Amino acid sequence: MPAVQETVEQVRSIDVDQYKYGFFTDIESEKAPKGLDEDTVRFISAKKNEPEWMLEWRLEAFRRWQTMREPDWARVSYPAIDYQNLYYYSAPKRPSQLSIDDIDPEILATYEKLGIPLRERDALLGIESAGGSRVAVDAVFDSVSVATTFKEELAKAGVIFMPISEAIREYPELVKKYLGSVVPVTDNFFATLNSAVFSDGSFVYVPKGVRCPMELSTYFRINERNTGQFERTLIIADEGAYVSYLEGCTAPMRDENQLHAAVVELVALADAEIKYSTVQNWYPGDKDGKGGIFNFVTKRGDCRGDRSKISWTQVETGSAITWKYPSCILRGDNSQGEFYSIAISNGRQQVDSGTKMIHLGKNTSSRIISKGIAAGYSDNTYRGLVSAHRKATGARNFTNCDSLLIGDKCGAHTVPYIESKNSSAHFEHEATTSKISEDQLFYCRQRGLDPEEATALIVNGFVKDVLQQLPMEFAVEAQKLISVSLEGSVG
Amino acid sequence: MAMLEIDNLHAKIDGDEGKEILKGLSLKVNPGEVHAIMGPNGSGKSTLSYILAGKEDYEVTDGSVTLDGEDLLEMEIDERAAKGVFLAFQYPIEVPGVATMTFLRAALNAQRKKRGEAEISTPDFLRLVKAKSGALGINPDMLKRGVNVGFSGGEKKRMEILQMAILEPKICILDETDSGLDIDALKVVSEGVNALRSPDRGMIVITHYQRLLNHIVPDFVHVMNKGRIVRSGGKELALELEANGYAEYQQDAA
Repeated sequence: MPAVQETVEQVRSIDVDQYKYGFFTDIESEKAPKGLDEDTVRFISAKKNEPEWMLEWRLEAFRRWQTMREPDWARVSYPAIDYQNLYYYSAPKRPSQLSIDDIDPEILATYEKLGIPLRERDALLGIESAGGSRVAVDAVFDSVSVATTFKEELAKAGVIFMPISEAIREYPELVKKYLGSVVPVTDNFFATLNSAVFSDGSFVYVPKGVRCPMELSTYFRINERNTGQFERTLIIADEGAYVSYLEGCTAPMRDENQLHAAVVELVALADAEIKYSTVQNWYPGDKDGKGGIFNFVTKRGDCRGDRSKISWTQVETGSAITWKYPSCILRGDNSQGEFYSIAISNGRQQVDSGTKMIHLGKNTSSRIISKGIAAGYSDNTYRGLVSAHRKATGARNFTNCDSLLIGDKCGAHTVPYIESKNSSAHFEHEATTSKISEDQLFYCRQRGLDPEEATALIVNGFVKDVLQQLPMEFAVEAQKLISVSLEGSVG
Repeated sequence: MAMLEIDNLHAKIDGDEGKEILKGLSLKVNPGEVHAIMGPNGSGKSTLSYILAGKEDYEVTDGSVTLDGEDLLEMEIDERAAKGVFLAFQYPIEVPGVATMTFLRAALNAQRKKRGEAEISTPDFLRLVKAKSGALGINPDMLKRGVNVGFSGGEKKRMEILQMAILEPKICILDETDSGLDIDALKVVSEGVNALRSPDRGMIVITHYQRLLNHIVPDFVHVMNKGRIVRSGGKELALELEANGYAEYQQDAA
């Protein structure tokens, strides 16, 4: 409850159309020449001091990408992206990842402004007062990781948490073994592009039987103009390991669209569990649809071992275009996949998001809870696939997709695909579409709530099942974000 | 001046060229008084309650309503609530996913804030809810459930009265609170309402049937037909209506 009240305060304190994280940090940066060819790929690889095998991997992806076509099946429309008119690499000029004191103070200030403490001392103070648990942060600014906190303490537990660019040099065997093993280089247009030009992202390895002692998080920030961000995240939970990982994103307000094409791969071995939570708040564009991030993301988890579990939770409020389907491959017997999603669109935003649950092993189970909320002139589509392989005896899925419409200029769509090649599979699908009714608003207002308070309350009720899945600190943040996103949606 | 003064109120459905639903209704309610409004279906009883609460589907074409001398019709819905207007709904609305407890607290604090008062502290709020819900025989588990979701008819009405008890309005409008209640539920609800009778509070009890008035004994009874009050009297008028029905008023007005 206090969170609802806070939400409302927050809505009030922000003017309509104001994206809180829309500032730009003025720092000197080093960029690759504009455009994309083999030299760009070589440039990025060289910048990262990568071994030869990595460069080869990238070049192979690039060559493949040149033969591919941009997908057009999603329910989104946008002007053609000119891939030659983008910068594929941008890094702050000062050396990073040496010590906290070497980081450009402007960048430190940026993260402070975003509420992400990069000094461990501050992090301890800040987060302990909020909830007691600690969170280790990897901060990615444009194309490079600028700081990773609590690295040493994690190392004591045997957990590797570092920028992927560093992992390629320090743990080549692990990277070679798992990179591209869940999302193959050839997977799809955007994933292949990412494979060619990815610049940074996080790498996590939790060894056998280790429960990661703190939440891990990566905070992505796009700063530079006309720059694409192509981060790559790889998380491996070895047998019996557990890790909870959070991801947050923001970008400055700009009139031009910016491209974000990330790939996230999760691997859970036997008895391991990975919980991956995202609060995505990229700049959504202004009320007329000018600017905003094009977010084309491939996220997939592989429940490779028996009894493993992968759980995706996402709160999607930003981006002009969202194209994102965090999925689970349920390969191990008795493995479990979960997808909890809140996708909110307002203004001219277009969201096409959902999940795929691929049941391969025996007695695998999956659960999908999706809450789409459309306001303004936005379009919000849930697209999902649940499939059972012929060997997936006893596969079970439960899907619940609810859509909520605010106003009468927006649209909500549900596109579920169900394929079962095994007669013992048991799939359930529920879907509802509702509108915040005049009656609900009247009832709440008759009790004293103003229209914004009433809407925030009703929407928070609608998404409750999903919010409950988020780690505490994140849930409060998400709840606030939801109301801010719906700002101005009540006529 | 009375606390609530309704003077020559005319109203129609907003945007509808058609006929008026209220056609010159006048009523004064003083603090401490309980007024029953009875009448056949379609006489405009519920419309009156919606207009007092500020529902946007209606247009007032003439007349005035004041609360403590202030123009009620100029106020927003939530502003009226904060000034002390409470409507117990005939069909309480569901708000899925919002725990009743959360809802109660949000409403109470919203009203307090509008009145420039501090928010209620958590311990004070919990004590308040515990006392008031206990008196209405409401199981604490129900307060964790979504507002009105899956509640029986009787539970919904009890919940309305609980909200009333917590928000402590100046003027309570009870719209067909007896509908859908069995005799036991009716008793509990009526006791709840009676407990809220106070020298500072006025009530308008809208009902089709006399039986509610055996439990909530009014000071005044008004008969409404075709958008007007056609007869007023004491509590005995309700008994007369029970015996003779509304037929004579319907003919009179025709």
